[in-house]
Amino acid sequence: MSIYFDNAATTVCGETAAQAVYTAMKEVYGNPSSVHRLGQKAAVVLDRARSDTAKVLNCEAKEVYFTSGGTEADNWAIRSAARTGALKGKKHIISSKFEHHAVLHTLNALEKEGFEVTLLDVYSDGLVRVDDLADAVREDTALVTIMYANNEIGTVQPVAEIGALCRLKGVIFHTDAVQAVGHIPVDVKRDNVDMLSLSAHKFHGPKGVGALYVRQRTPLNIFIEGGAQERGKRGGTENVPGVSGLAAALTEANERLEENAAKTIAIRERLVNALLEIPKSRYNGDPTKRLPGIINFCFEGIEGESLLLKLDAAGICASSGSACTSGSLDPSHVLLAIGLSHEVAHGSLRLSFNERNSVEEADFIIKTLPTIIEKLRSMSPVWEKIQKGGK
Amino acid sequence: MAYSDTVMDHFENPRNVGKIEDADGIGEVGNARCGDIMKMYLKIDNDVVTDVKFNTFGCGAAIATSSMATELIKGKTIEEVLTLTNKAVVEALDGLPPVKIHCSVLAEEAVKSALVDYYKRSGRQMPKALQDFKIDEDAHDS
Ligand SMILES: Cc1ncc(COP(=O)(O)O)c(C=O)c1O
Ligand SMILES: [Zn+2]
Repeated sequence: MSIYFDNAATTVCGETAAQAVYTAMKEVYGNPSSVHRLGQKAAVVLDRARSDTAKVLNCEAKEVYFTSGGTEADNWAIRSAARTGALKGKKHIISSKFEHHAVLHTLNALEKEGFEVTLLDVYSDGLVRVDDLADAVREDTALVTIMYANNEIGTVQPVAEIGALCRLKGVIFHTDAVQAVGHIPVDVKRDNVDMLSLSAHKFHGPKGVGALYVRQRTPLNIFIEGGAQERGKRGGTENVPGVSGLAAALTEANERLEENAAKTIAIRERLVNALLEIPKSRYNGDPTKRLPGIINFCFEGIEGESLLLKLDAAGICASSGSACTSGSLDPSHVLLAIGLSHEVAHGSLRLSFNERNSVEEADFIIKTLPTIIEKLRSMSPVWEKIQKGGK
Repeated sequence: MAYSDTVMDHFENPRNVGKIEDADGIGEVGNARCGDIMKMYLKIDNDVVTDVKFNTFGCGAAIATSSMATELIKGKTIEEVLTLTNKAVVEALDGLPPVKIHCSVLAEEAVKSALVDYYKRSGRQMPKALQDFKIDEDAHDS
């Protein structure tokens, strides 16, 4: 038996998406650049994937560039906007402290190349403040990049307000929407987004494929030289199977957005109510401004990796932001950014789920988790101190 | 990163978990900041470790190394215990993933720090090997 509650890491590929991938591999296997019929058939499939993706985002097909995933889309968007800004003498970038490493590491690299980066604080509710952004924007700000929804705690940022502010100030706005797309309504026009990253494997599509939306007239650099593919910006024969799967999964997710969210939120609220009953537990992030399917809890006195190992032994797949799970000495930068102490952050647990999970599975977790926590606490010198301190 | 079967066995069924109320020496090492804390309790009779118990807050590797270390020192003379190294604990566990070696350093330190405590309490002359024992913060931080 295996209960999969790690859907923020990746999801199972859906039937429709898997079928689309298979068809593109075995039947529509021509090269979209070829003149002959098989090539042209593949070109039609590719175009179709692009327009289907555009429809969901509420943009034009030509504004969609397919990539190898969210990480690439983030790298491309940020590097491109940075270079565009630099040409005009703008070398300041604004982001937040709890972005994905795909964003933060790209920004670190740009800092070494002479850019100045301001990372906005994230408050204990797991949200950035638009006022802070307004204060941070300068004449030489080239780019604002703020994630749509956080991958560890699930909070959804005030993206539409951020977009409106950036549009007003004439600053390019990129958002890493990898965890949002396919789960909540994302509309690049409504949100005034200039660039947006998404990744198929987070909404039941295949791994290794994603997309970057780039609003018309927003300059975009060539990312990979070598061909006319992706409007000459990213050379190389297109991943037709991958993008077919992406579009199929996205279309399906979008059609069932509300229905899926309702089902997922029911699971979420059931879990949250039960886990809050565990002594010295903490629900991280705003309880309402969040994705349907990601919750993050800290349990004082225990360490995340040992919790995950015990859950795994009980058949439950989950994740944690503890240092020992990341292979570094510090717990997750996201948990530290929302103000948790190292001690508390080590005892974090992320449960991420969707409409394919069941209430019964949630109930199994609700039944299993407290016993595991008790067991680990019973042998924890930290818990002993917490108890003695009467904290 | 995967743990050996021996590590998983010691994690799932840790030996000698608990406390000794009338312990002759107690050592606590690590800190909650880095994520692993080990507390070791020793009962010593005639220079022999007659009983040992531990409490650990930490990852799978930290719990398994604590457990293995207690097994390796139980019933041994202090002289023998002093030769215990972190490397020996790791070997007894059939290895640890490289990123986890730093977690295992604590086991050796916990034992030594409990012995230091024992000598302090009993007022006996500390063996040379313990006189310059200092918790190697750097090793754990690296
Ligand atoms: C917020 C966020 N951005 C970017 C990524 C990277 O996406 P990918 O795995 O497709 O490269 C992820 C997923 O790990 C993510 O959660
Ligand atoms: Zn550890």
